[in-house]
Amino acid sequence: MDADLDIILKKYKQGKREDLIPLLQEIQDNLGYLSEEAIIKVGSFLGLSTTKIYGLATFYDRFRFIPSGKIHIKICHGTSCFLNGSQSIITKIKEETGVNSGQTTRDGNFSYEIVSCMGGCCNGPVINVNGQHHTHIKTDQLPDLIRKLKYVIEND
Amino acid sequence: MDDLKTFLIEKVLTFESDTLSPETEKILQRVRREKIDNPVIFVSSGTSSLIAGSEKTFSAIETYIKENEPLAAIVRVGCTGPSTFEPLVCIQIPGKNKLYFRNITEEKVEPLLNGVFHNDINEDDLAGQTGTKGFEIWSGIPFMDELPFFTRQKRVVLGNCGCYDPESIEEYIARGGYRAYIKAIRHYTFEEVCDIIEKSGLRGRSGGGYLTGLKWKHALNTTSNARYLICNAKESDPGAFTDRTILESDPHRLIEGIAIAAYAIGASNAIIFMRSGSDHAKNRLQKAIERAREFGLFGHNIFSSGYNLELIIRVEPGAFVCGEETALINTLEGKRGMPQLKPPYPTTAGLFGKPTVINNVETLMNIPLIMQNGPEWFRTLGTESSPGTKVFAVAGKGRMSGVVEIEMGTTIRTILEDIADGIKEGKEFKAIQLGGASGSFITGENLDIAIDYEELKEKGIGMGAGGFVIIDENTCMVDLVRYYMEFIRNESCGKCIPCREGTGRMLEILESVIRKPLNEESGTTLERFKGVMQLETIASVMKDTSLCGLGQTAPNPFISALKNFRDEFEEHIFDRKCRANKCRGLRTFSIDVDKCTGCTACAAKCPVNAIYGTRLQPFFIVEEKCIGCGICFDICKFSAINVK
Repeated sequence: MDADLDIILKKYKQGKREDLIPLLQEIQDNLGYLSEEAIIKVGSFLGLSTTKIYGLATFYDRFRFIPSGKIHIKICHGTSCFLNGSQSIITKIKEETGVNSGQTTRDGNFSYEIVSCMGGCCNGPVINVNGQHHTHIKTDQLPDLIRKLKYVIEND
Repeated sequence: MDDLKTFLIEKVLTFESDTLSPETEKILQRVRREKIDNPVIFVSSGTSSLIAGSEKTFSAIETYIKENEPLAAIVRVGCTGPSTFEPLVCIQIPGKNKLYFRNITEEKVEPLLNGVFHNDINEDDLAGQTGTKGFEIWSGIPFMDELPFFTRQKRVVLGNCGCYDPESIEEYIARGGYRAYIKAIRHYTFEEVCDIIEKSGLRGRSGGGYLTGLKWKHALNTTSNARYLICNAKESDPGAFTDRTILESDPHRLIEGIAIAAYAIGASNAIIFMRSGSDHAKNRLQKAIERAREFGLFGHNIFSSGYNLELIIRVEPGAFVCGEETALINTLEGKRGMPQLKPPYPTTAGLFGKPTVINNVETLMNIPLIMQNGPEWFRTLGTESSPGTKVFAVAGKGRMSGVVEIEMGTTIRTILEDIADGIKEGKEFKAIQLGGASGSFITGENLDIAIDYEELKEKGIGMGAGGFVIIDENTCMVDLVRYYMEFIRNESCGKCIPCREGTGRMLEILESVIRKPLNEESGTTLERFKGVMQLETIASVMKDTSLCGLGQTAPNPFISALKNFRDEFEEHIFDRKCRANKCRGLRTFSIDVDKCTGCTACAAKCPVNAIYGTRLQPFFIVEEKCIGCGICFDICKFSAINVK
């Protein structure tokens, strides 16, 4: 992981303040989240205090500070999906996984987040499971879907 | 491949005369796939197509042609517009018009292609045909532009979308692309380009409607050693997807627009600021920029004109407020995306304190067209005060949804009744929501308003960035307003108090309106009334005192909903009733004793075990336990469950 970080940091030779957000985004794309070590390292690289970096990163929604689950679900909560009932999908997924949006279950299997408009407006509600889109989702399909996903993880 | 590149650069891009030689035209026709020797299959590949499963369709077609029609070619194209038809497949057989087929999922591929290649076309999948002169017309098949969805549209900005392979710069150049840019940097001065755009009367398409040419001049006339051009492609309004469709379907024209705009203000650095989560669009754009650089359209001393330009992509890290100009600049500088007081406007002191112009995607898409066809041509479109066209993302409960483009001056009724083809499943129309989370509602009596900056402003409606959500009778307005308020509450940056506290308070009050009272005697009822009385005051304070547009427009959905649907609010407050039966807290369910067969289906599914009874005898619901989720209502096969 440290080696990965060094490679990323090398790309930003000048290390200016405006590189901070792209840098954090690239770290998150590679590691899946912003770890404490990564933030400390970025801080010493850019000459910024870690509190400043945390202050910035927590302002934006897209940064995570804990690893996402093996199964990561994105739920579309755009207007169209909302009109088609995405609110109950969110409630159901919350019930099934037992965690809030942005958190990860204790066994590290599941995490989910609510996003605004994924672009499948006529097929709503849309959810995205590890990059795979599921359209016209109904609440009673979810327990089965989650059971299936759990089975896949456990037998991997 | 390299031959084609040199040919395009020498004979097309840097060709001095406006009309190309006939030999060149002949080659370009082949590049544009207007003359083909073998069948070509076009598969749409925008985000909405991907979600509908177009990649699976693509690989199924690939396998089919490998086995049966090895000469046929297959191309991914952008999004044509109607998302309801996705995955859309278009087939062109040499010498004949193009045929469009809708909703072609993986399993439909084989019968479809068998039919097309053996002259036995299945009418059910057909959407229509398009073609130019000299091609054989398929008899009995309607033309695409005669479909109600297309016939009332004026596709100028979206003209290229769905027609060509967005990853091929060659095709874009063959369609006349990048010539306006080369002409501008070689023959026009900065001021001349600004003049042309100002003369055209193009207004910023992001909502404010400021004259684009004038904005550029402000930046150009500010003395500075560096200037910046930012393309704001951060549309994160829930329910808007026009920019994303454009980025995916026609990235090259956007890049050309950015390049011309950057030249006009004398900027040598341009930035595209994109929303997060649209990786598909980002990859397409990245590829397009790389290809443009290969052709020498970016870099140092472009086409020996002495002009330098660099273009980079930045992805927003997730904050709605970053769409606001000053917040956007802060984000690009690596700070928290919080808005600042204006003036100074970004055109005097923007990114790193330098003059900066921020234009949105749709505005910039118009620039190459104006440069190609002249400002007079642009003036012929639309109305006197708002020339041109406007792109909308039609979504919600209409029969058709997708990205549409209409001439300014078209009425809202046209979009609703002709383009979107009315309401799905024969439901009653309720309202249209224009402009996303900070927009307002348009009801039945206002449907004849024309889309025009001045006319909308007169009625107190903002144009918005392109969200056009159709709402039917099954939607509860109070719930919808609560949804928008929740969104804004989450996205408020927290800098100024009216917005930070106001959105939170408004959400709390709206939630109390749709929540089930724990018990009617306690103080909650009184508190609820007090809150509702204050809602309007909070809304007006927020409107007057918030720092940026986000806070000032945040109460808009509430204000316009209250104005138009006051009775619905009153019903929720006084009668504790939701006419759309959407508010969970206000629903009560009961079982019709005569209809219930005692099948136990509802009792088994009830999440709180509120349904009791004996098998084969009528069941009953314990009201105190019921949470109003409605699962029993959905599951009952005998419609024995009543909802009140």
